[in-house]
Amino acid sequence: MEKKSVPQDANKTYDGYGTKVVYAVDEAGRYDRVRTTGWEVEEIVLRDVVDDFEQKAESARRRAMSGQTSPIEYFMHKRYLDLTGLAKGMGIAKWRVKRHLKPSVFDKLSQSVLQRYAELFDIDPKMLTHFKENL
Amino acid sequence: MESAPAFDHRHYAHCESGVLSSLFTHHGMAISEPMVFGLAGAMSFAYLPFVRLGNMPLVAYRMFPAYLIKKLPARMRVKYFRKRYSDAGQAMSELDDFLASGQVVGIQMSVFFAPYFPPEMRFPFNAHNAIVIGKENGDYLISDPVFEEVQRIAANDLEKARFAKGVLAPKGLVHFPMQMPGDVDLEPVIRKAIKKTANMMLHAPPFIGLKGIRRLSAKIGALGKKHDKKYIRHFLGHLVRMQEEIGTGGGGFRFIYAAFLQEAYQIMGIPVLEEASNQMTAAGDAWRMFALACAKAVKRREEPVDLEAIAGLLRQCGVIEKKIYLLLKTLKKYKT
Repeated sequence: MEKKSVPQDANKTYDGYGTKVVYAVDEAGRYDRVRTTGWEVEEIVLRDVVDDFEQKAESARRRAMSGQTSPIEYFMHKRYLDLTGLAKGMGIAKWRVKRHLKPSVFDKLSQSVLQRYAELFDIDPKMLTHFKENL
Repeated sequence: MESAPAFDHRHYAHCESGVLSSLFTHHGMAISEPMVFGLAGAMSFAYLPFVRLGNMPLVAYRMFPAYLIKKLPARMRVKYFRKRYSDAGQAMSELDDFLASGQVVGIQMSVFFAPYFPPEMRFPFNAHNAIVIGKENGDYLISDPVFEEVQRIAANDLEKARFAKGVLAPKGLVHFPMQMPGDVDLEPVIRKAIKKTANMMLHAPPFIGLKGIRRLSAKIGALGKKHDKKYIRHFLGHLVRMQEEIGTGGGGFRFIYAAFLQEAYQIMGIPVLEEASNQMTAAGDAWRMFALACAKAVKRREEPVDLEAIAGLLRQCGVIEKKIYLLLKTLKKYKT
């Protein structure tokens, strides 16, 4: 890739987060570090997964409101996790996480388990226990 | 405790090679990021359909994380300190001790817990690398090679990031050079590194190297038979995201390797290296074409996807790279 063809597509994701560096050749064919504001290709594939998670989160939010799932599912999608990732992040078995998605089980979760979920999701534990008031 | 050893933050393309380049340079051995990448033998390709990442196969365009941290010091005969922890409290207090003694410290961390990343990039990816260069008002100062400026992170976030659980868990890894050797004759190290990389790409077991590239292109060509539109879109997007992960730009690792070959040519003066560097640039451009085609398929959701054409672009990357590794294998015939 030549320096002048390094994409500068001003990716929304990096807006306010500075530039990235790629290697490209100058007119004399010498390699050098070049700053870039991003390539549209990266933005397209990133947005595609992010949108996918957002849709899942929105669906989970609605179901949590009507008592069909627990708030944990909403925050799982919100933080780009799947069941496997969430179980690994919590350090517990997948079947246990699955149980925690049942509202009846969720209501009985201990303070310490809720605290651990909140730590992982980077939220206040109240966001879990008082989900309906907050979202 | 306030401590901030003098440190020159540099902005690089890739986290692990960037961290090593910065650390080695800080300790008096100036070595560029491409040189780190090439000498450690980081160049690779792997398509492991039986390892799943959120229902997608593992695809990697370089050697697995922490490989460079292990290989580079060994090849350069640098005495190197590496430690993982089971206890987070101990890991954090030892980090403070290192900083207080003037040591800057390479760490492994999860971007999931790093608030200085753009929110959309904070996926549960555990194998990011950075350097802790100091502590200020309870926050840690981070020289993260993929960021322009020095970043700050709260102690609590850093602890979570260093002890994230799951695949490739960092387990608080810290690392830094302890003792640099005197003058290093780079030529034998370069020759050995190139030979290893060429052999791996040409002859590694299936799923790795050129065989992995061919297998993945066959898979792409056959996607339509077994999978629906949505899966195909996610699959192609996944391939590109793995290529870009934490920012090297399309075909980024190929360009870094091309830069390494060019630097090797400047040191050794053997024309084969210059030729290989040029061809590797062409390979990087071919990878970009492939990424572009995948992204188009992702963007134009409703239009039919020409999977055979996309598979062909990937096969082409393999064809170009094969010539390069065969060319590099002739290097042993030339003396400087």
